Amino acid sequence: MARIEIEKLHRAFGDFVAVKSSDFVVEDGEFFCLLGPSGCGKTTTLRMIAGLELPTSGRILLGDEDVTFKRAAERDIAFVFQFFALYPHMSVRQNIAFPLKSQSVPRRERALRITEAARALRIEPLLDRSVGGLSSGDRQRVALGRAIVRQPRAFLMDEPLGALDAELRQVMTGELRALHDRLHCATIYVTHDQHEAMSMADRIAVMNHGVVEQIGSPREIYDRPASMFVADFIGLPPMNFLNFADRLEAGATEIRLGQAEISVPTLRESLPESELALGVRPEAVLFDDASALRGAVFGTEYLGTTQIVTITTDFGLLRARVGADRNLHVGERLGLTFRPEKLSLFEKQSGRAIYTALYEGAAHG
Amino acid sequence: MADIALIGVSKRFGDIVAVDDLTLQVDDGAFVVLLGPTGAGKTTTLRLAAGLETPDRGLIRIGDRDVSKLPPAARDVTFVFQQYSLYPHFTVYDNLAFPLRSPARRLPEDEIRKKVTETAALLRIESKLGNRAARLSGGEMQRVAIGRALVRRPSLYLMDEPLSSLDAKLRAELRLELKRIQVELGATFLYVTHDQIEAMTMATKIGVIESGRIVQIGAPREIYEAPKSVYVAARLGQPSINLLPRAAAPELAAPSAAVTIGARTEHLRIVKARGADAHGEVVWIEHLGDQNRLHARILGHDVVTLAEADAALSVGDEIGVRFVNPLFFDVNGDRIVAGTA
Repeated sequence: MARIEIEKLHRAFGDFVAVKSSDFVVEDGEFFCLLGPSGCGKTTTLRMIAGLELPTSGRILLGDEDVTFKRAAERDIAFVFQFFALYPHMSVRQNIAFPLKSQSVPRRERALRITEAARALRIEPLLDRSVGGLSSGDRQRVALGRAIVRQPRAFLMDEPLGALDAELRQVMTGELRALHDRLHCATIYVTHDQHEAMSMADRIAVMNHGVVEQIGSPREIYDRPASMFVADFIGLPPMNFLNFADRLEAGATEIRLGQAEISVPTLRESLPESELALGVRPEAVLFDDASALRGAVFGTEYLGTTQIVTITTDFGLLRARVGADRNLHVGERLGLTFRPEKLSLFEKQSGRAIYTALYEGAAHG
Repeated sequence: MADIALIGVSKRFGDIVAVDDLTLQVDDGAFVVLLGPTGAGKTTTLRLAAGLETPDRGLIRIGDRDVSKLPPAARDVTFVFQQYSLYPHFTVYDNLAFPLRSPARRLPEDEIRKKVTETAALLRIESKLGNRAARLSGGEMQRVAIGRALVRRPSLYLMDEPLSSLDAKLRAELRLELKRIQVELGATFLYVTHDQIEAMTMATKIGVIESGRIVQIGAPREIYEAPKSVYVAARLGQPSINLLPRAAAPELAAPSAAVTIGARTEHLRIVKARGADAHGEVVWIEHLGDQNRLHARILGHDVVTLAEADAALSVGDEIGVRFVNPLFFDVNGDRIVAGTA
């Protein structure tokens, strides 16, 4: 078990910068997600930590040891891939035993560790089956078994659930987190699926174009996004942006959208006249006939417990999540208000969040 | 535009019965989604409708024609697959025009141009018409693939998980667009997916399929609120419905035949320990941002429900659970309808 520290890690392929001078620390026992769209640099970062790729510059520390230029096999890190490579002609037990055999672990200890790993993954009854006949969920469990049996100092996982269907992915997400809670080993998990990240991670690093845009707990990232990119990447539907132009005064507690005065968290900085966006989470939208901010229902999507209502406004399209019992029809005019404590403001040109009372005490990425 | 009916259709592959005496009616202008897990027989049903498979028994009718024995090309249907199949070296325009240029049709070129432009506008890919297909993003390619199905205006559209290879955000966008296009064209859609959100948000009717049969068909709300069985109930809802043995809540009044209690989030109230129907402990609170999922253990059973963001609960807390009009299922897994027990 060990913490992992990344210092000024940089990787360029010719002119293309895949990972731009990134810093972060994964504490021992932490479940840390690297989240971002394809091409954002998350997999390259992971491969450098694994030793499958060398950085252009920067350092990687595993515990107190500098492993930056060590070979993968010397790092005592287990890597789990999206496409699990099992030996099809071997039994589950032999597959799990394989890494121990190649490390020449004595037979008795081997048997003990295999039983432990199988118990942690609840696949004991499958140990003597051939892997050929296993379901995709069980195959992924065996692949995980092969990783944990080594008792490595850290786990690296590259979209290990990406190939599974939605229902199974949900089940495996719960299992992976429960497994982590039993093993308490530092884990770096790469995914483009925000739901997986939100559900499992202690902390998430959101990456975009090779840059870490924000690091924080799932809650911090959701409630206090550091940039429009993060706000848009997290949440389904994502955060809404209502566009307006104005100047902002530190200390103010309202902004103007046309005729409507909207309460916002107290502003902590001033800004000259600029293009701005008000960030509104779908569940922070309330209907209020008295409000001067008007919209019209464009469509509804029924989801059982809730529904997503798409609303057109003078400031852009707005998606609201409300209870499914509320009856709405297309074209219906609505007054809109927002939960003030849930609102963010962004400066559009840079995309950065404007500092308000909401962000106080939060780590800016 | 037309309706399609499958009447008592069966199809086996060796020992496996993929479709078993299945009957399904899709009305003109309807958007019917077949929902079920992998292996339930959804795709085979769709391929039978398309003519890519021939039924062992049963009848398939499109409009008032018996098409059971007709080849795909004679059925006036179009099929969109999960993986887009475009001609990579063709431009978007030529990909879209291709089905119209078939020797069987012989449409004049200005007619083709009109239809291609219209379809491109519908799918918001007008600006890409001159691009080669190979240079498009995944989302654009799938839009062109859908466009190629739309351009012919057949009487029936058959779609096999057309959105499942796309990322979450794009999928959400195309869901809305596909629904809008279907409504604008008044087209008849038979659509297969294992994604419950697609089914709930697009379908006029959802047909839940199990072991080659339709076990229930109805509007999304009907399937969600009044499922016929445990199997149907488990297909819809996020978090999924909690299924507890009757014995887990001895205080709860239930029909005498009830063996299983089915409780969705809206059927559960978390209360202080006294005066509850069942008691348990908080295991985990999952903060997903837009919702917080409360994972609890009640008499050894896992229960997942939504918790208010400001609910002052933490791991290890003892809780009581009150049921509000939950569903009840009998020993066969069939729902006990109130009043019949």
